[in-house]
Amino acid sequence: MGRMATPGELSKLRQEILARRDPHRPCVSICAGTGCLASGAAQVVTAFKAELEKQGLYDAVALRGTGCHGFCEKGPIVVIDPEETCHLQVTPEDVPEIVSRTLKEKQVVDRLLYVDPSTGARVARESDIPFYKHQQRLVFGPNRKLDPRSLEDYLAIGGYQALVKALFEMTPEQVILEVKAANLRGRGGAGFPTGRKWEAARNAPGAPKYVVVNCDEGDPGAYMDRSLMEGNPYGVLEGFVIGAYAIGASEGYLYVRQEYPLAVQNLGVAIERARECGLLGRDILGSGFDFDVKVHQGAGAFVCGEETALLMSLEGRAGQPRPRPPYPVVKGLWGKPTSINNVETWATVPLIIGMGASAFAAIGTEGSKGTKIFSLVGKITNTGLVEVPMGISLRDIVYKIGGGIPGGKKFKAVQTGGPSGGCIPEERLDLKVDFDELTRAGSMMGSGGMIVMDEATCMVDVARYFINFLTDESCGKCTPCREGLRQMHKILTNITLGKGKEGDLELLGELSEVAQEASLCALGKTAPNPFLSTFRYFKEEYEAHIKDRRCPAASCKALIAYHIDPERCTACMLCLKSCPDGAIDGGKKKIHIVDQEKCTKCGTCFEVCPTRFGAVRKISGAPVPPRIAEDQRAYVKKRDRAESQGT
Amino acid sequence: MDTERIDQIVEKHGRAPSALIQVLLDIQRENHWLPRGVLWRVGEKLGVPFSRIQHIATFYKAFSLVPKGRHEVHVCMGTACHVRGAPRVLDKVQEVLGIGPGQTDLEMKFSLETVNCLGCCALGPVIEVNGKTHGKLSPAKTAKLMGTYE
Repeated sequence: MGRMATPGELSKLRQEILARRDPHRPCVSICAGTGCLASGAAQVVTAFKAELEKQGLYDAVALRGTGCHGFCEKGPIVVIDPEETCHLQVTPEDVPEIVSRTLKEKQVVDRLLYVDPSTGARVARESDIPFYKHQQRLVFGPNRKLDPRSLEDYLAIGGYQALVKALFEMTPEQVILEVKAANLRGRGGAGFPTGRKWEAARNAPGAPKYVVVNCDEGDPGAYMDRSLMEGNPYGVLEGFVIGAYAIGASEGYLYVRQEYPLAVQNLGVAIERARECGLLGRDILGSGFDFDVKVHQGAGAFVCGEETALLMSLEGRAGQPRPRPPYPVVKGLWGKPTSINNVETWATVPLIIGMGASAFAAIGTEGSKGTKIFSLVGKITNTGLVEVPMGISLRDIVYKIGGGIPGGKKFKAVQTGGPSGGCIPEERLDLKVDFDELTRAGSMMGSGGMIVMDEATCMVDVARYFINFLTDESCGKCTPCREGLRQMHKILTNITLGKGKEGDLELLGELSEVAQEASLCALGKTAPNPFLSTFRYFKEEYEAHIKDRRCPAASCKALIAYHIDPERCTACMLCLKSCPDGAIDGGKKKIHIVDQEKCTKCGTCFEVCPTRFGAVRKISGAPVPPRIAEDQRAYVKKRDRAESQGT
Repeated sequence: MDTERIDQIVEKHGRAPSALIQVLLDIQRENHWLPRGVLWRVGEKLGVPFSRIQHIATFYKAFSLVPKGRHEVHVCMGTACHVRGAPRVLDKVQEVLGIGPGQTDLEMKFSLETVNCLGCCALGPVIEVNGKTHGKLSPAKTAKLMGTYE
């Protein structure tokens, strides 16, 4: 396929691709995103190739490794179309059976299907699995249908139609009007209206103009940008070209973290292909519009997600933010007007142009339109990426999609908005998730990380964790952020060590206020949020640490001890064998005891003790019961004990 | 790393001072650390003062100014791993290897780093050793895993 010089050639090519493809031909899609690769997806792909060949189906079946499907909890995922049969946690050993049973006999492999935990029923169709059923996957959905490097795949699902529409049926002003009418707000954090940003960049004096894709996704526990870039790079590029056309930019940069090697690779292939085919570069599709892009890899600095710091980094300097105004739309890269938007924002643009602003704006709430991808992680049954309409309740995300909390534990809070976001407690679970509601609850949308925490998570420790992260990532320019956070971290660490004192909380409050008021960029201004929001909703946990030297979640190492309840210990030797420090004393038929001197409080014994015994306990805020006397350590089975007492 | 190879990398990025970070990333990837002599050569070729190179090399986390051990251990300290017990896993790694984050042992066997998120949150707590991901770790499993490296 060579360079295409007219939109007609593109549509002809699309027709040819579709004509070659039989919609009834079975297609095996294997998730090969970073998450599934870590669980062994590459070996599954290899096994499929070999097995299809062996069973003589190589030509009859299409095989594709795709980007992330989102259901990371159950990876590697194998979906077989057109039936949408979804097999989960597939290993190479399962592959021969899938090929013979599912592809040949059109049956399913029962043991690899999703099991509904409440009913025990098995679900074969992907879209019937509760995790997918309650989502609306407009931006993220294509991932599943694409080999990320194949332009043909992207064209087959209607790719580049939006670009043709924008370039040949709309003026740049009309494109901006459309994005404004859709009320698209930036998906990277602040939620600034994208259309207004573009308009400002278009109207700003100065040439050339630049556009930038911000894929410096630094929030721990958030990976939707990576998954879009990895799984659908043509989609991001299409939106990018449309935006560049609207703004009048001829050059663009894609800023991608070097920690995302697969995203960089797939994007590189997509750029090459798009250039060869006339979808990037000079005179795109014969429209007269020139636009080319460069990839810049981030070298590991969280603050570079901030737009002015990102620009510094693009210019080859240390990523330290500068005061705004002037905003980058006026004075950006090399002092020229620059529009910087997040990956998800760019990827949403083709959708808006394609479906029209009114259809897009019909989804969501008054102030937040469309859908948003969240990464649902932490203490949640179904870890993964979920795309939902704005305005869905947090409860629906956590329970209907996420499947609730594993291990029979109680929900405590969900942390949204990345390190500078906040924790939302159980009483606010019915909150409708959108930009404004999350801000009102003392948190923020951020890039869409949602970390679920259960009763065993200590909120003081969570605040300490985030403040530590931000202290580390502070670029060092403003004193309240550089020094204030360091002090906050010290105080919070002391509290978790049981060394908290009267007045600590007030001091934390003061330091927070100064950092909010006197820092230059959003990192410093929002850095105290982890403390402020946990303090707002979980004040009693702070007080328990300081006044009673007790960690209510029994999580802070310095404030807990492990103890084996002699009444419940069955002398099964499980904890004794797994303890990496040899801190458990006991034997066969001898009740076990934790040697408090040797114990490093790693918690292994607590984890391995079967729940039906529940003999290992964490004690906090109370003394450890004394060792039981040696002569009482012989373990007698309960039944025997009852009998001996009866006679 | 020989001068010829450094020059090749610099040429690949068009010899522009703005490409400094990209050049250093390529060198870091190939050589696993940035020796002083290499930085001088890069500075000469790009026309960038040494002080600025030092600033960049210390500001960004991807760069190392000291050599790395044979096995690079990255312990994920992302939020999802944190709430699932990453601190206990890190404690165990430190105890077994006898080094802290950012350090390399005297035999140059292990280098230990903490990272902010590997993006495999379903597998947390996660450790990456030489690029291979090991998930769902407990302190006991971690101790065993470390023992498998020669």
